[in-house]
Amino acid sequence: MSAAAVPGLALALAVGLTACSSASGSATGANAGAGSGHPVSGGTLSIDIASAPLCLDPQNNNSNGNTAVSRQLVDSLTDQDPATGAVHPWLASSFKVNADATQFTFTLRSGATFSDGAPVDAAAVKANFDSIVKLGAVDAVGSSYLTGYQSTRVVDSSTAVVTFAQPNAQFLQATSTAALGLLSPASLTGSPEDRCQGHGLAGSGPFVLKSSGGQEIRLGRRAGYAWGSSLWKHTGAAYLSEIDYKVVPEGSVRAGSLVSGQVDGIIGVQPQDEKLLAGGSVTELVRSTPGVDYNLTPNTTRPLLSDVNVRKAISDGINRQQIVSSLLSSHYKPATSILSSTTPYYSDLSADLAYTPDTARSLLDADGWKPGSDGIRTKGGVRLTVKLVYPGVDIPSRNVLQLVQQQLKAVGIDAQLDGLPLNQLAPAQNAGQYDLLWFGLTRSDPDILRTSYSVAAKNRAHLAAGNPLEQLLGKQAATVDRTQRQTLVTEAQKQLVDQAYAIPVYEQVQFAAFGSTVHGAALDGSAQPELFDTWISGSH
Amino acid sequence: MARYLAVRLLHAVVTVWAAFTLSFLMLYLLPGDPVTIMLGGAGGSGDASPAQVAALRSAYGFDKPVPTQYADRLWAALHGDFGTSLQTGDTVAHTFATAVPQTLALAGAALLLAAVLGLGTALVATATHSARLSRLLLTAPSVGVSLPQFAVGLVLLQLLSFHWRLLPAFGDPTGLGLILPAVTLALPTASVLAQVFAQSLADALDEPYVTTARAKGAGRARVQLRHAACNAALPLLSLGGLVAGNLLAGSVVVETVFSRDGFGRITAAAVAAKDIPVVQGAVVVGAVVFAAVNLAVDLVNPLLDPRLAQRARRTPERSSRRWLRARST
Repeated sequence: MSAAAVPGLALALAVGLTACSSASGSATGANAGAGSGHPVSGGTLSIDIASAPLCLDPQNNNSNGNTAVSRQLVDSLTDQDPATGAVHPWLASSFKVNADATQFTFTLRSGATFSDGAPVDAAAVKANFDSIVKLGAVDAVGSSYLTGYQSTRVVDSSTAVVTFAQPNAQFLQATSTAALGLLSPASLTGSPEDRCQGHGLAGSGPFVLKSSGGQEIRLGRRAGYAWGSSLWKHTGAAYLSEIDYKVVPEGSVRAGSLVSGQVDGIIGVQPQDEKLLAGGSVTELVRSTPGVDYNLTPNTTRPLLSDVNVRKAISDGINRQQIVSSLLSSHYKPATSILSSTTPYYSDLSADLAYTPDTARSLLDADGWKPGSDGIRTKGGVRLTVKLVYPGVDIPSRNVLQLVQQQLKAVGIDAQLDGLPLNQLAPAQNAGQYDLLWFGLTRSDPDILRTSYSVAAKNRAHLAAGNPLEQLLGKQAATVDRTQRQTLVTEAQKQLVDQAYAIPVYEQVQFAAFGSTVHGAALDGSAQPELFDTWISGSH
Repeated sequence: MARYLAVRLLHAVVTVWAAFTLSFLMLYLLPGDPVTIMLGGAGGSGDASPAQVAALRSAYGFDKPVPTQYADRLWAALHGDFGTSLQTGDTVAHTFATAVPQTLALAGAALLLAAVLGLGTALVATATHSARLSRLLLTAPSVGVSLPQFAVGLVLLQLLSFHWRLLPAFGDPTGLGLILPAVTLALPTASVLAQVFAQSLADALDEPYVTTARAKGAGRARVQLRHAACNAALPLLSLGGLVAGNLLAGSVVVETVFSRDGFGRITAAAVAAKDIPVVQGAVVVGAVVFAAVNLAVDLVNPLLDPRLAQRARRTPERSSRRWLRARST
């Protein structure tokens, strides 16, 4: 065996393995066993998570679904009620939005401090937003919330006015996310790399980072904490004295260690592991993740997919209920819009997303697509073959897509699955090298539709400038009035589904589970685990 | 002997350099842009502008010509600097410095187990009077080699840890928590050792000196342990490189299943994310371990086997003479 062959073998194994252990997870919430006696302070909560957070700095994170740890370290200006989607006070005791959503005034509560001692004041708010915009590329999610950011004006120590060049209605909800959680001005001066490692990272959150060594992260309670969100159940400091996160990539190992009492909680339960949990006395926190459902978005500039009838036939030919009941579990919902049912401004379009294979066939028949000898349709010598691109490491998605492939074959459409490695996926997405693209995105605001489909943003459907949807997406971003925004967002969802610019399949789910001694755990508005009210019975 | 040492050492250095160079060529010339991945193609919802991407690319040196990048990186690597992880921002050297000791603990325990299990199996298989037991013990290693480690680990976990709750799945990384991963990692290595040792034991037992020992009245155990085993153990040493490779590659699987920190886990994550500096670090660490083990084997072997020592003394001389002859014709 040569020297090069050994690492080669290791690499091959590594690739195979990572594929096996990919976990789909992003997070929202119900409340776990809030009752059961009087809360006690103290104790260590051990939690298994599926993958190591790439970055402990919440501002420097590229996904909303990846802040299970950093969410505990920072406070936000506002908090979002997972049940209603309404935005409530947190560090800002009050807030005001002007009529055209270009100016946001935050009045800060007094007494809050960062863990390095600096006060949470208007100057700190300004420093944070200025720095997020400057971080730019590194800070992908946060800076996208600040598109058109002009300035933050410090009126006095407790009043900050944030101004945008154009209307930005999503910004208020964005201030409730961990991505715009506040860090001390001193933390902001660190290099992005150091901040990701947690070096010198000081937030004002209920927990502080004690240590982080690769696969294990320990948080400790912030003593003297007294500025929790108005949505939380108690005031003062957190109940838990410590939280220990351990990275356990294998879903069955996470489930097994929870049921056998080796950990207190796990984040990321996969459908096939739910049976393991059913045996134990385990509290489950399950909720559809707000945002864009798992969907197939067609590149409408491709020859076959430019035809609305072909796109609609694909949508009509997918049996969403069968996917959920045969491959997922009762915790999953078939898509009933492009937004998940837990997203604010969601509209139920289930009638348009029903399984109607006969409609699919007659649409294709009418369009001149005739079934060939192998059942796949052809027109003018062209086969109805579409290339479907998805992340190759995502095994649960591949299983779903294989079923979609069979369902589409039944109506005469040949879907070719192309699972790309992550390094090829991003360029393929951006260059539009797909007929159908499989993705889902977490965000508890309908503006995620603009991020995904606007000509000026990712434009995943490759729509032409000046299309009717573009107007709606632009207007909803500029509308503060809830009723008016609802009308616009509903219309946008309808257009996306009617034109099959997006073919939603099922709702992403955040699934956490806790042992019987853990009480009061919840999922917040962005579907991240909220552990401030969590306590352990029988601890001291 | 000094010459032999120098040649072996040179081999080791060339091996490591070749691994570095090949991995550089493979990793840096493959399609796919590390900076785009870093910005999160999977699930990220931000919009990085081309200018921002270009700035990052130049910060990591990906915009320079390939030969310059190679020279820069080789020079830095010689100084122990393998760059910074694109994913975590930690230095590659520090990443491995914290991970390798954990893998060493695991691999050390597995090696010990494998030696006991593998050598024991071979000894019993050749010593037993029962033909059936002997056959059983001689087939077991082929089964042990073919079982996928991934499955073995998961079954051990489900039964011993989750079902019967005898051993912790993880937690205490050096105590009880080490048992299950070490057993999983040890199985294939034990099987290889058993196969090789059983064969060379059988060969040794056919040698005339064994007959002599028997004729002089040595008992079965004495013949096995004192006479045959010592001689039969020599071929095992030359397996050193293979065993090290097995353990290193196995750590990728075992550390993932058992959620342990270490070389394998870091490698798996880095490959998945195309974290080039870390992947290259892993290749170099792998090559260093492999070269070091082979070097050690090459140096120890002549001490144990005088025939090899003689050959080692002669070989360079003979080859240089042949070289001179070739030049003069």
